[in-house]
Amino acid sequence: MSEWIEVVELTQIPVLGSRVIKTRDMDIAVFRGSDDQVYAIRDACPHKNGPLSQGIMHGSSVTCPLHNWKIDLNSGEALGPDEGCANVFPARVEGGKVLLQLPQVEAVA
Amino acid sequence: MKEKLVLIGNGMAGIRTLEELFKLEEADKYEITVFGDEPHPNYNRIMLSPVLAGEKTIDDIILNSHEWYAENCITLHTGDPVVEIDRVGRQVKSAAGKSVAYDRLLIATGSTPFIIPVPGSDLDGVIGFRDIKDVEIMLETASNYKKAVVIGGGLLGLEAANGLMKNGMDVTVVHLMDILMERQLDKPAANLLKASLEQKGMNFLMEAQTASIVGEKRVTGVKFAGGSNIDADLVVMAVGIRPSFALAEQAGIHCERGIVVNDTMQTFDPKIYAVGECVQHRGNCYGLVAPLFEQAKVCANHLAHLGYGRYEGSVTSTKLKVTGIDLFSAGEFNEEEGDETLVMQDPAQGVYKKLVIRDNQIKGAVMYGDTMDGTWYFQLLREGTDISGFRSTILFGQHDLGDAGHGDGARVANLSDDAEICGCNGVCKGDIVNAITTKGLFTLDEVRAHTKASASCGSCTGLVESILASTVGEGYSAAPSKKPMCGCTEHSHDEVIEAIQNEELKSMRQLFDYLNWKTPDGCASCRPALNYYLLARWPEEYQDDAQSRFINERAHGNIQKDGTYSVVPRMFGGLCTPKDLRAIADVCDKFDVPEMKVTGGQRIDLFGVKKEDLPPMWKDLSAAGFVSGHAYGKAMRTVKTCAGKTWCRFGTQNSTGLGVQLEELTWGSWMPHKFKLAVSGCPRNCAEATIKDFGVVCVDSGYELHVGGNGGIKVRVTDLLCRVETEEEVLEYCGAFTQLYREEAHYLERTAPWVERVGLNHIKACILEDEAGRKALHERFKLGQKYAQIDPWKARADGAEANEFTPIELAV
Ligand SMILES: Cc1cc2nc3c(=O)[nH]c(=O)nc-3n(C[C@H](O)[C@H](O)[C@H](O)COP(=O)(O)OP(=O)(O)OC[C@H]3O[C@@H](n4cnc5c(N)ncnc54)[C@H](O)[C@@H]3O)c2cc1C
Ligand code: SF4
Ligand code: SF4
Ligand code: FES
Repeated sequence: MSEWIEVVELTQIPVLGSRVIKTRDMDIAVFRGSDDQVYAIRDACPHKNGPLSQGIMHGSSVTCPLHNWKIDLNSGEALGPDEGCANVFPARVEGGKVLLQLPQVEAVA
Repeated sequence: MKEKLVLIGNGMAGIRTLEELFKLEEADKYEITVFGDEPHPNYNRIMLSPVLAGEKTIDDIILNSHEWYAENCITLHTGDPVVEIDRVGRQVKSAAGKSVAYDRLLIATGSTPFIIPVPGSDLDGVIGFRDIKDVEIMLETASNYKKAVVIGGGLLGLEAANGLMKNGMDVTVVHLMDILMERQLDKPAANLLKASLEQKGMNFLMEAQTASIVGEKRVTGVKFAGGSNIDADLVVMAVGIRPSFALAEQAGIHCERGIVVNDTMQTFDPKIYAVGECVQHRGNCYGLVAPLFEQAKVCANHLAHLGYGRYEGSVTSTKLKVTGIDLFSAGEFNEEEGDETLVMQDPAQGVYKKLVIRDNQIKGAVMYGDTMDGTWYFQLLREGTDISGFRSTILFGQHDLGDAGHGDGARVANLSDDAEICGCNGVCKGDIVNAITTKGLFTLDEVRAHTKASASCGSCTGLVESILASTVGEGYSAAPSKKPMCGCTEHSHDEVIEAIQNEELKSMRQLFDYLNWKTPDGCASCRPALNYYLLARWPEEYQDDAQSRFINERAHGNIQKDGTYSVVPRMFGGLCTPKDLRAIADVCDKFDVPEMKVTGGQRIDLFGVKKEDLPPMWKDLSAAGFVSGHAYGKAMRTVKTCAGKTWCRFGTQNSTGLGVQLEELTWGSWMPHKFKLAVSGCPRNCAEATIKDFGVVCVDSGYELHVGGNGGIKVRVTDLLCRVETEEEVLEYCGAFTQLYREEAHYLERTAPWVERVGLNHIKACILEDEAGRKALHERFKLGQKYAQIDPWKARADGAEANEFTPIELAV
């Protein structure tokens, strides 16, 4: 894990909604809760890769738009009877900006 | 050419025959005319007793409203008796001077109360108990006078006495015999009945023979054969009925005690049928509805040219409709020589049961106080079951047969599937259980609506409820119809809808607070529902919440399995021009749309669009004049049309044009679930209008409106709502129906299950019977449309919700 990167202003994410962050290797969904807590999760549902960013968020979880799995945004784990886990990344708000800590990008040899 | 069918007598047996005919879907064989003596449409005569007792209103007991006649294309003449049947000229003439020709004639004139021909029987205040008019007189008298005398201690007399007493009158029942209801009860049962009616405050004069009725203009008293007399402000005669056959007799139709009919309900003139109380069949006349309904079925079968139905007479059973009194009687309950009787008596509990047995078969039964097993005994009686195997325990009821069984629930559970529960309508236990399980019924009203069980005299209500409870299981008594919306709340959909309305809740936050939501911001299942409810109720004020919408609606496209979207431009009524098609083609080229397809709803689906491409694509489509087809939403989707009169050689109306108008009316409106319409230009129904939420089938004389159809997983054919004559009416009824659905259905409930849940009658009551209500619904729909018909595509293309469609690119 490496340094924190600034990605977007908090106000640019709708409350109980998300923005998609495109990185070189994957899409990351950044969610904003009703208490302005932020969560970052890989934008691929552990079930069939559904775009979690497009789901409906409630509390600190999101319901996948494809087949309604419920994913906990703190741990990335599927809730309820379903099993699976999506990667989550540390996220926080500082001075109105959303910061993420992304995995170390391996230096290209 | 249709044959002409004329019905004389707008009562229970005659109209039931027509209903049975409609059930056979053979009604369009006939052009039907009905003559009724009374000024009302068909009503449930049996229920006059509860009306008199104040337990029901006249409105509650109307069986078929004027709309029903209209919908079924029946010409109805009320308040106009037929006075002559001309068999040679094959026509009937009415008192008002109408002549109507017939190919077949059905006589169902019922009967009239027998008025004892003693002096004074024509005074004011002396009446029978037969129709609405009699009830009105009784109610009016009760509010001005005090003393009532009911002559006749039979079923009808006791019900009249009970009703008058409930209206505050001081009532004396005068009876010729020493046994009440002697045709149904034996002495011990009658005594129990008398005692409990006396406890309620009824007075009796037994073995009293009426000699004359006293009074100047209005009755003031009754004199008896022995010389005694009592005061009376009202005298109700309930001593029996006389089949009404004078009209038939005059026309030369063979009559004895009633109009004589054969097993197919034909009179001696084979063109003329007769059913109901006016009839004599195999020597019997009947005065209860169950046999008349059986006759109706057979008669309809013959009228439909099927001819395999035979009526072979009925065994009847009786119950008394006086609340709080359980009484059952069937068959020959007074033993003859050589019969055996089994009797159980428990005076302390007020229970009495008697069975008359002949050759090991039940011939008759009388029960008082505990009638639960009446159904079972009646079945054994009708089937002639040999009871020797369980004779020693038979009086304790069916639950005592085996080793199991406690309480009422277990007793109904033990009934066999073909045990008849509702005698009036001939509904068996199996029919009820089947309806409950396959249709997911929860309440008595639902069971009534679907099966007709307990919908006539209502005395089997208790049994039906027990069956409901034992079929639905534990859930029934605990929470009959309430199911919380989701885990976030204890409130049901209905309660939430009601709270939004009554408490004027206009935002999600207010709603969560007022209804004590258990989660801070709901869940993916309740929030879209609440967003919809608020929007539907407060179209002017409520601020739509995008985050409470499923992605399809939030992004105004259909999410596909690979995360791309599909786009469907609206083509009103399926119409398009070369220019439209070119514009669509250009857009597809420009945005590399990988696949196009014509949908089942006659629109063009463009698949595989990347989310970021949506707004610029919409911009082009908007510029070409398209608006969103809402193919992604719980919303009005398409109006499918056929060629119609403009081109098709069968077309009766401009179905495409009407489809366009309907789509212009309804596009953009959010719904509890997806909602589809169709218009077919003739009954060939090429647009498949009878499996749509709202379907129109054009006919020569106008438009048939159909509702509640569904393709989908479980196909459901529409119910016919009504027929109308003009396009304006089609639009108004469509707006009203749509709005009713929008306001009343639960979120994610399509019209098909909604119609089944609330019942077609409810919808008809709101839309057909209540003109002002219909207009108001339509107005509310139009008001909502002012805010809904704003094209979301154009708004997004112009920059609304831009964040939704713009990803953030990171260089890592
Ligand atoms: C108060 C009351 C309570 C009852 N309770 C029960 C009960 O609990 N259970 C039960 O099974 N039965 C009960 N009955 C009996 C039941 O209502 C009748 O058996 C049934 O209504 C008979 O049906 P019908 O069609 O033969 O006659 P009706 O329903 O009487 O219909 C005949 C119609 O024909 C009309 N008519 C007569 N002559 C002409 C003419 N020339 N031209 C045009 N119209 C004409 C009459 O006005 C009437 O409207 C009750 C009856 C009453 C009055
Ligand atoms: S429904 Fe009738 S009018 Fe319409 S296309 Fe078919 S046949 Fe022609
Ligand atoms: S029928 Fe099934 S597979 Fe076909 S479009 Fe509808 S949901 Fe998809
Ligand atoms: S892909 Fe998320 S639930 Fe199926």
